[in-house]
This record gives sequence, structure tokens and C-alpha cells, in this order.
Amino acid sequence: MAIAWARTRAMSQPDRFEVDPATGTVRIDGCEADSSSVEWDIPTRGTVFGTLLNYRGALAALGNAVDAALYEALPRAPVLYIKPANTWAAFGAEITLPAAVAAVEIGAALGIVIGATAHRVAEREALDCVAGYTVVNDICEPHASFHRPAIRQRCRDGFCPIGPWVIAQHEVATPEALKLRVLVNGKLASENTTANLIRPVARLIADVTEFMTLAAGDVLLAGVPENAPRARAGDRVRIEIEGVGALENALIAERRS
Amino acid sequence: MKRARVLWQGAVHDAIDASGRLRLDTGELVGEADVAWLPPLAPTERPRTIFAVGPNYADQAKELAFKAPDEPLISLKAENTLIGHREQTQRPMDATYMHYECELAVVIGRTARRVTRADAYGYIAGYTVANDYAIRDYLENYYPPNLRVKSRDGCTPIGPWLVDAADVKNPMNLRLSTTVNGSVTQRGSTADMVFDIAFLIAYLSAFMTLSPGDVILTGTPEGLVGVHPGDEVVTEIGSIGRLVNTIVGDEALSEVA
Repeated sequence: MAIAWARTRAMSQPDRFEVDPATGTVRIDGCEADSSSVEWDIPTRGTVFGTLLNYRGALAALGNAVDAALYEALPRAPVLYIKPANTWAAFGAEITLPAAVAAVEIGAALGIVIGATAHRVAEREALDCVAGYTVVNDICEPHASFHRPAIRQRCRDGFCPIGPWVIAQHEVATPEALKLRVLVNGKLASENTTANLIRPVARLIADVTEFMTLAAGDVLLAGVPENAPRARAGDRVRIEIEGVGALENALIAERRS
Repeated sequence: MKRARVLWQGAVHDAIDASGRLRLDTGELVGEADVAWLPPLAPTERPRTIFAVGPNYADQAKELAFKAPDEPLISLKAENTLIGHREQTQRPMDATYMHYECELAVVIGRTARRVTRADAYGYIAGYTVANDYAIRDYLENYYPPNLRVKSRDGCTPIGPWLVDAADVKNPMNLRLSTTVNGSVTQRGSTADMVFDIAFLIAYLSAFMTLSPGDVILTGTPEGLVGVHPGDEVVTEIGSIGRLVNTIVGDEALSEVA
């Protein structure tokens, strides 16, 4: 079993749990339970920052657009966006898709949970600022252009499930080589690995904190792999990150009154 | 009522304007120069969402060679960027163009979901002044303005007062001005906004829930000029307040190994 921090809906703040990320087992009150049987709350509390185009394949997918006048150049520094508090959702929470949104992209993101104030941190010391890792579903409406901030596509209520827990940093030996899988209705929809990150975890923290301080509790998303699978209302989506955990949510159609 | 949050004798206090002095929540009267001013925003349980509207004055859209869009361009900023009245903002050594932006800041007072334009004013707690500094050297064409331009530590002075909404008769007709070392460099009126306050609240709340404490920075008129270390920048909006900030260079801030 590995050490994790999590919060059930009955708890006022996160506490220490023993979990097995591979099987989804959690020890609660001396008994082992499946994580899906627990009513989890969101395990993090700080600002959630997404990172755009941090997978080699995602950048490659832009293709010639990068060279054309469209973007002028490759991103020089990490391009971040914020998943504000209204987007957060817990493990198991139902995510409502408005009628106008036919399908969303399921963004499998490694959530790097900051444990200590990180300001201009050197790459070699960056992991010392990490409390642990969690699984984040960075949901968005498909949008081909990054020329404008995409808050309408990325910031709808519930578009950022997080959890079920934050696995302690020391339990994850190789954050630079974690397999990620997305399953839609139990079927494998995409696979990737954090080995394909342009800026791996430590490098990303160093480059972000060069211009912006990260506070304890903040969550920095390592990025979303290319070809994010799409899902619709009625689908069950599951994101698995090796050694970290699995996050499951159902998408439902909006009921307009 | 004009409300402030200040640090006095080592403790944080709520305070109100008492004819040029501050009446602390303890009842004590103190001078405005005797306290450190914090952003005039009550703490929130979750990180507040801070919206920044892009070119939102017809004249500024022209100055930046942008066509005023049919939909507002809105980006998000994180709380690391907020500082109070009479503080210092850093201009990085390598920057060649850093400019202020005098903006009316609208603070949300009630949970807002699918609010109509007609009802929007009922969801506002009050107004304050923000200086939404940008460092244009770091602008990239990915989700512009990217966080490296706008969400830097201490890059958004805000205050001094939160003025109760009830006390602002017509927020759509307030004079804005900026002075740099006493010379007027920017003048405008909130009457010239492309997307007015009611529109912005209706637009945002149509796809995301706004919470008490969320802040909308409503854009800036023309008259942007570069600022340099040592400059005193004063952004002032009609009856709302006069926000003072000083630009410092890298050397003025504590060294980081």
C-alpha cells in the first residue's frame, strides 16, 4: 500500500490514507474497500493550472500551423491556463454537458500537487516542492485554434474532475515515465506516457516558477496528450495514471427546466 | 461604504473610510499612510476566479490594432498576481515594454448562474480599481494574453477601496485616468466599454457559475505607455478610488539563489 492524501465527503479536510493505485483499493477504518465505493471529495484546494501543448505529439499535431503566420513560433515558455474552482468535480461526480455541447475531449492530465511555495525553483530541486500527484480530467469542448483564451470551452461547471487522492511524492519514483490510459465505457480509447512530455515534471515546475510563484496546494497539470478521446452524455470515462490512481466520472445530459 | 483590508500593527483588519482616515474593525482610527494596504477582497474558501477582459474600449482596440470582437476576449489570472494599494510591482530586467492598464474591477457578491443582463447588477458586491499590468515582451500567440504576460506575481495592484455597489449610481459612466510621475497619460470613461458590465456578467454566467469574491477586470481605454523602475503609477476611477503603485527593477526584490 502507498501513502496518499484524500478527503471523503464526511471529512472537513484531507487526511492520510493507505491506497493501492494499481487495484484502486483503499484502507478505511482497518478494512479494505474499492475506491469506487467511497464518496470522495476533491482532494486539492489551490489554483489548478493547465499546461497547453506539453506533449510532443500534441505540438506535432499543430503541424504547419506553427510555421505559418498563425502562431509565428513554437511556444517559448510554458503556456498555462486556469481551471477555476467552478470546474472542479470529485471522483464519481456526474459531469453535465449542456445541450449545445455534443461531445467533449477527455484530457488525461497528471496533476502535480505543490507542497511548498515554489518561486524560481531550479530543476534539480523542483521535486522537493511537490507534495504528490493526482489524476485530473481536463475536460474541454473541442477547439482547433489557440488564438484566443478558451474559457468558454474549458471552464464550464464540472469540467475538471480531480482525484480520488493525492499520492505522496515519494511513492512515485519516476514521474517522467508514467503510463496514462483513457477508457470510455470500459474500452481503451487512448494511451500515452509522461515520457512524451516536452517539459517533464521538474523542468515544467522550474520554467513556470521562473515567472509565477506556485503556492502549497496549487495543482499544475503536466499537459494533455494528443488525440484526446471524445465522449458524450451517457458515457462513463475513466483515466488511469500508473502509480497514481484512477479517476472515474459519468457524463450526463443537461436537464433544462 | 468604502471598505478596505489593511495590515496594522502586525494584524489584518477590515476597515472603512472615515473622511480621509481609516476606521478599523476594532473602532480605532488610523492614518491611511500608517497601514499596509491589502487587496480589498474578503478571503474566499476556494481560489477566487479573476477574469480579465481584453480590448474592451473601442479606442484601445484600435490602438492595439485589434478589431473589437463580437464576443469578449476574456482570460483568467491567478491570485498570486494581486497586491494592495501603495505596493511595488516588479519590471523584469529583460523586459522592453511593460505597460499599466487602469481598469474598473467588478466584485461579485452572490452566486450567479444564467443571470440576465437585466438582473446582472443585483449580483455585484462592489467596485474597485485595478491596474492590470502587462509585459508585452512575453506575449505569445497561444491563449493570449498568456499567463507569463499578465499573471505574474504582484502584477495586479487592486484597491484601495471596495465601494459598495449601492453607492455607485452609474458604474457605466465613470472617468478613468492614469498618471505616471504626475503626468496624465491615460484618460477614458467606462461609458465607452464595448461589452458593458451587465453583458459581461450575463455572458460569463451563461456557461459558468460565478461565486462571491470573483472579480471581473473590465478592460482599459487607450493611452498605454511603458513604465520603468522608479515610476509612480496612479490609476484612478471617479468615485471608486485612487490606486498608487511603484515600479521596481529586479534588484529591488529579494535575491533568489
